[in-house]
Amino acid sequence: MSSQTLDKYFVPEPSRFPIFGSIGLLSFGTGAVMWLNKIAAGPWVFGLGVACLIFMMFGWFGQVIHESEGGQYGKRVDVSFRWSMGWFIFSEVMFFAAFFGALFYGRVLSVPDLAHGDNAALIWQGFTPTWPTAGPYASEVFSPMGAWGIPAINTLILLTSGATLTWAHWGLLKGKRGQLKAGLFITVLLGAIFLSLQAYEYIHAYHEMNLKLTSGIYGSTFFMLTGFHGLHVTIGAIMLTVMLFRSLAGHFTAEHHFAFEAAAWYWHFVDVVWLMLFVVVYWL
Amino acid sequence: MAAVTPDQLHDHHHHHGPTGLMRWITTTNHKDIGTMYLIFSFIMFLSGGVMALTIRAELFQPGLQVVQPEFFNQLTTMHGLVMVFGAIMPAFVGFANWQIPLMIGASDMAFARMNNWSFWLLPPAALLLIGSFFVPGGATAAGWTLYAPLSVQMGMGMDLTIFAVHIMGISSIMGAINIVVTILNMRAPGMTLMKMPLFCWTWLITAYLLIAVMPVLAGAVTMILTDRHFGTSFFNAAGGGDPVMYQHVFWFFGHPEVYIMILPAFGIVSQIIPTFARKPLFGYASMVYATASIAILSFVVWAHHMFTTGLPASGTLFFMYATMLIAVPTGVKVFNWIATMWRGSMTFETPMLFAVGFIFVFTMGGFTGLMCAITPADIQYQDTYFVVAHFHYVLVAGSLFALFAGTYYWLPKWTGHMYSEGLGKLHFWCSIIFFNITFFPMHFLGLAGMPRRIPDYALQFTDFNALASVGAFGFGFSQLIFLVAVLQCVKGGPKAAASPWEGAEGLEWTVPSPAPYHTFEEAPIVK
Repeated sequence: MSSQTLDKYFVPEPSRFPIFGSIGLLSFGTGAVMWLNKIAAGPWVFGLGVACLIFMMFGWFGQVIHESEGGQYGKRVDVSFRWSMGWFIFSEVMFFAAFFGALFYGRVLSVPDLAHGDNAALIWQGFTPTWPTAGPYASEVFSPMGAWGIPAINTLILLTSGATLTWAHWGLLKGKRGQLKAGLFITVLLGAIFLSLQAYEYIHAYHEMNLKLTSGIYGSTFFMLTGFHGLHVTIGAIMLTVMLFRSLAGHFTAEHHFAFEAAAWYWHFVDVVWLMLFVVVYWL
Repeated sequence: MAAVTPDQLHDHHHHHGPTGLMRWITTTNHKDIGTMYLIFSFIMFLSGGVMALTIRAELFQPGLQVVQPEFFNQLTTMHGLVMVFGAIMPAFVGFANWQIPLMIGASDMAFARMNNWSFWLLPPAALLLIGSFFVPGGATAAGWTLYAPLSVQMGMGMDLTIFAVHIMGISSIMGAINIVVTILNMRAPGMTLMKMPLFCWTWLITAYLLIAVMPVLAGAVTMILTDRHFGTSFFNAAGGGDPVMYQHVFWFFGHPEVYIMILPAFGIVSQIIPTFARKPLFGYASMVYATASIAILSFVVWAHHMFTTGLPASGTLFFMYATMLIAVPTGVKVFNWIATMWRGSMTFETPMLFAVGFIFVFTMGGFTGLMCAITPADIQYQDTYFVVAHFHYVLVAGSLFALFAGTYYWLPKWTGHMYSEGLGKLHFWCSIIFFNITFFPMHFLGLAGMPRRIPDYALQFTDFNALASVGAFGFGFSQLIFLVAVLQCVKGGPKAAASPWEGAEGLEWTVPSPAPYHTFEEAPIVK
C-alpha cells in the first residue's frame, strides 16, 4: 500500500491562490496603466495588485513547501519540478535574447545604416556611427560605462557567489549543515553586494556621466539589459534567502532538496547572463 | 490497446471540494479547466466575430456607412488580437487539457494548481484588452502586429493592450511548461514517445514553440512600453534605434506563433482521419518528424513578413527559400492524410467532414502561402486582401475547422451524449460554403490591388466586397448552429458508448463516456 501511494502522482486539492494571483495581476496591470497615464488612483491600484501578488506567493509557495516537507511529493513530482524549472529558465533566456537582439541590431544594423546612403545624405548629415551613441539627434553628451571598474569587480563577485553556492550544495549533500548555511549566507551576501554596486553605478551614471535611460539606443539597451538582469539577481537572491531560512528551519535532506537546486540553477543562469552582459554591453 | 479498469468506483468520493462558482474558480481538475478554456475561447470567438461582422458591414459598399475610420482601425486590430490570443490559442489549450491526460494515461496535468492559474489569467487579460475600447482614445488601432511607430503613438488603450499581452504571455508560458512536463513525465507505462497519439506530439512541439517565443513577444511589447513612457529609443531613429527592428523582434515571435496555431490542428486532424477511414495513420513517424521540421524552420523564416520593409537582397533570398522549404514537411502531412484515407472504409460523420474540409481548404491556404513566399510576387501582394484571404484560409479553415472537428469528435467523451448529426452536418456545410463565399473573392480583390485595413475602397472592388460581406454574415450565423448543437449535446441526447466511433483507437476511448471526474488514477499499462 505504501509503495502504491508513493507511486501515485500528487494532484493538489482545489486552491484559492491562483484566483488571488489573477486578481493581483489584473490590479497590477490596471494600476500600472492608470499610473502611466497620470490617473491619481493609479499607484494605489498598482500597490494593491503588488500586495495581492505577494500574498499569493507567500501562501502558494508556503503550501508547496508544506506539502514537500510533508512527504507528499514522490519521485515523479520531483522529476516534474526539474523539467519545469529547466523550461522556465529557457523561457527567461529567450526573454533576454530579445534585448540582446535589440543591442545587436542597434550596433550592427541601425546605427551604421543611419550614416549610410540616403540617410546620411538627406536626413542625418554629419552623423558618425560610432558606438556608443545616443543617436544622430542627440543633443547631450554622455560618457559610456567602462568595463574595468565596478563591472569587473561585479563579475568577480558573481563568479565567486556561484562557487560559494556550489560549496553550500556540497555541504548539503555531505550532511554538513553548517557549511550549507554558511555557503548560502555568503552567496546571498555577495548578491546583495553586487546589487548595491549596481545601484551605485546607476547613480554614478545618472549624476556624473550623464548616462540615462533616455540616452538614445546606448542608454536604452544598457539600462534595460542591466536593469532586467538586476531584477533577476534580486529574484534569485530572494529565492536563495528563502532557501537559507528553510535550511535554518531544518528543511532539505541530502536526497530531497530540489527547491535548493532550482534556486541554484536560477542563480547560475543569472550568472551566465551577466557574463554575456559584461562582454557585449560593458567590454566590447 | 490497453487494459484498463474504469475507475467509476473512485468517482463518488471526490466531490467534497467547493461547489458552485467556487468549484470552477478553485478547481485543479484538468477536465474542469479544459471546459473553462473552451467556453472562454468560444465567448472570445463570438466577440471577435462581432468585430469582424462590423468590419464586413462597413465594407459592404464603398463610402463610410457604419463606423468611423478610427474605430474601423480599432476593430481590425482587436479582431486579430482577440481571435489569435483569445479564441484560437486558448481553444487548443482547452483541448490539450481535456485530452492529453486522457490520451497518455495520466491522472491529471503535471501541475494542477498552476494549470488553474494559467486559465484564470485569461479573463483578466481579456478584461484589459476589451476594456481598452472604453478608455479615452479607444482601443489600440496599430494592427494586431502592434508595429512601431504607430504603437508608440497610441493612447491609453495601447498600454492596456501591452499589459494584456503580458498576462496572456504568462498564461501561455505556464500552460506550455505544464503540457511539456505532463507529456514528458506523466505517460503511462509502455506509452513510449513514438507510440504517443499524434495530437500529443503536435502539442509537445507547440508547447516548446510557445516557451521559446512568448518571452520574445514580451520583450517586444516591453520595449514599446518603455519607448512610450520612459524615453528609450529602441524604435526611434533619432536616438539610433529603428522601427524596423520592432518588426524583426515581433515576427521572430510571430512566425512560430502561426505554427502554434496550426500544429495542434494537424494533431486533431491526424486523430480523426484514421478513425473514420478505419485505418492506422499512414506514416506516423514521418508525421512526427514533419511536425518537428516545421517547428525548427519556423525560427528562420520571420522576415518573409517584411519583404517590402527593406532588407538586403541576400536576406530576402534566404528568407524566400527557407519559407518555401516549409512546404516540404507540410506536403508530407497532406500526403499522409490522403494516404490514410486511400482505400479506407470511410464514413463521413461531422468530425470527418470537418477534417476532410480542413485538408481541402487549408491546402489552398498553404498554396497561397507559397505564392506569398516568392519575394518578387509578394511585393505585389503585401498588405492587400490577398494576404487577408491567405491567412484566413489557414486560420479559419485550418485552425478553426480543426477545432470544430475535434469538438464533435470528443463531445461524446466529454458529455456522455451524442450530438445531433443533422445539426453537425448542417453546421459543416453552412460553414464551408459561407467561408468560401467570404474569403475566396478576397484573393481577387487583393490581386487587383485592394489594400487591407482600409474602411473605404475604390468602386471597382464593390461586387466582391458585397459578396464577401454576405458570406461573412452567413458564416457568423452558421456558428449559432454549432452553439445549439453543443448545448443540446451537453443537456441530453442519445447516450454515448465508451468508444462511440467504430474505428477509434487510443486510451481516451477506454474510459466511460462521460469521462469520470478522475481518470487513470492507477496508470494503465500500454502494450
